[in-house]
Amino acid sequence: MSSEFFIPDPEGRVPSPEGYFGAFGGKFIPEALVAAVDEVAAEYEKAKADPAFAAELDDLLVNYTGRPSALTEVPRFAEQAGGARVFLKREDLNHTGSHKINNVLGQALLTKRMGKTRVIAETGAGQHGVATATACALFGLECTIYMGEIDTQRQALNVARMRMLGAEVIAVKSGSRTLKDAINEAFRDWVANVDRTHYLFGTVAGPHPFPALVRDFHRVIGVEARRQILQRAGRLPDAALACVGGGSNAIGLFHAFLGDDTVRLIGCEPGGHGVDTGEHAATLTEGTPGILHGSRSYVLQDEDGQITEPYSISAGLDYPGIGPEHAYLKDVGRAEYRAVTDDEAMQALRLLSRTEGIIPAIESAHALAGALELGRELGPEGLLLVNLSGRGDKDMDTAARYFGLYDGDNSEGEK
Amino acid sequence: MAGNLELLNSVLAQARSENRAALVGYLPAGFPTVDGGVQAMIAMLDGGCDIVEVGLPHSDPVLDGPVIQTADDIALRGGVKIVDVIRTVREVHTATGAPVLCMTYWNPVDRYGVERFAADLAEAGGAGCILPDLPVEESEVWRKAAEQHGLATVFVVAPSSRDERLAKITEAGSGFVYAASLMGVTGTRESVGREAQDLVARTRATPAAQRGLPVCVGLGVSNPEQAAEVARFADGVIVGSAFVKRLLEADGDPAAGVAGVRALAGQLAEGVRKRD
Repeated sequence: MSSEFFIPDPEGRVPSPEGYFGAFGGKFIPEALVAAVDEVAAEYEKAKADPAFAAELDDLLVNYTGRPSALTEVPRFAEQAGGARVFLKREDLNHTGSHKINNVLGQALLTKRMGKTRVIAETGAGQHGVATATACALFGLECTIYMGEIDTQRQALNVARMRMLGAEVIAVKSGSRTLKDAINEAFRDWVANVDRTHYLFGTVAGPHPFPALVRDFHRVIGVEARRQILQRAGRLPDAALACVGGGSNAIGLFHAFLGDDTVRLIGCEPGGHGVDTGEHAATLTEGTPGILHGSRSYVLQDEDGQITEPYSISAGLDYPGIGPEHAYLKDVGRAEYRAVTDDEAMQALRLLSRTEGIIPAIESAHALAGALELGRELGPEGLLLVNLSGRGDKDMDTAARYFGLYDGDNSEGEK
Repeated sequence: MAGNLELLNSVLAQARSENRAALVGYLPAGFPTVDGGVQAMIAMLDGGCDIVEVGLPHSDPVLDGPVIQTADDIALRGGVKIVDVIRTVREVHTATGAPVLCMTYWNPVDRYGVERFAADLAEAGGAGCILPDLPVEESEVWRKAAEQHGLATVFVVAPSSRDERLAKITEAGSGFVYAASLMGVTGTRESVGREAQDLVARTRATPAAQRGLPVCVGLGVSNPEQAAEVARFADGVIVGSAFVKRLLEADGDPAAGVAGVRALAGQLAEGVRKRD
């Protein structure tokens, strides 16, 4: 019996056995990690072939996560999107509040299968960290989360959630003190403790097999959404939109539509203060091919191959790399990537809150801003599918400061 | 101009003929300044190192502990560029005649251009490269360029490397093979564990090592006692963070830092000569 919610990509497509999506991907890791990464790949292949694995994961996805997630039409929001019809895939309604739990539960089961007792993970906005801490609590695994010091401040609520769940949270003070540096520190931990530790990587980047493995655990997003929108709207959407930091929720949405040539796939990158200002994390718009965190993809770097410091108001998108499959989809022209500024995202966040009663994560608000722009291009005949990858509770402090919502502020609405 | 792979081979062979381990010292280029780094590396060789590794500072030194991270950070904030790293190789080799390797993460080489990097390194008198995040499976492009320019390709092996990988890696490498003494990042350690000795024994059993490829041990070695311990079972002893620490501790007094590096090299050089 095939699984309903664990739907790995069919064999014979990308990546190659060496982990390449066209020219991107691969496995650029120190020798000390080769055995561990190969073990993850081998265990994943075994798990894919094991009906018991799919059954256990399916059970968790239904009875713990709450899948399938809803598809919500947002007509009042859509009035600002040129009158196009807009549907949101509600990954924010998953347990822990984002899409991240899909991948985390899958990898937590792999961790158990490998006999490892400790899990480490990086986190930017804290959503992957919270999901990981949650799974570790559920399975009785020791858990250490690395988070850039700047992100521990702007996502303080999620730090408290992780600690409540029993995880150790380590604030990383090196480099730009954001997601990139949290990954560096997690790799250092992994090299030293690999015997008993699984690195539960949170996005579709990193060395092979992580880009394919994490993608497979998120494919359920697009598979469900495709079925739901066909039922509700009677046709495929003109475009599927998602925000991209490392790219996990976007690849999860896009994948089910790769064969649907009429469906445009649009990734919304963090444009920060604007791509012309140099203060952004729009890796596919402004980056060049290079190697970061174990794979070849687009990266933000200087002419000497030094990684440049990214910037975004969104901690979850503040990353100078991108999953290699996105680099491949860009280069073959199957997906397009647009930069959305901080302000465009924040305006979209407020608009959805006030028109539909849904407060999105700042990350997901980048995709909403992209939908507003695309809807105006397509007009009333347009049909858009947007992945609402996470909820915005964690962002209320940032949003309150941005819009002046605290008592004593009187700048509300000025931004 | 061809690189100095043969010089590296002959220095390692000489140490072997003297029944001692070779001493390999590491410092990042541009730390504390480009010229200051050159002076420190020359002092390292004058003090007793046989071979020097010039680190190419990187924004994301995933395999380095806090000491080398700090040094890389200082070097990058000082504006060090790849051309400065190449200049460092040239000046250290010219002043000492010693084999000079470059140790670098892969992305800077990839970005600079593999062929261009190999050509420039060879032209500067470099002896080869250590590329710790370039696994053998991804290394063909580099190895072709290195071979063409007379440069060594020094691969790293780790305690987690299985025997069949050790054979494959040593077969592809040249100059020597870098055996990581433990599972972890760079930095000084209280002791060098049994893992190192076991890894060296397994590495020595590979066909390439049987044909003479030397096995040098690095990671965690910081004092003469540890150097002597490792020298009993390895062809070379690699020391990095301990040298960097000498320069960091002498913050604001470059001459004292260079003197500290020279003194440490002298002590370690005695260590690698104690095999019994």
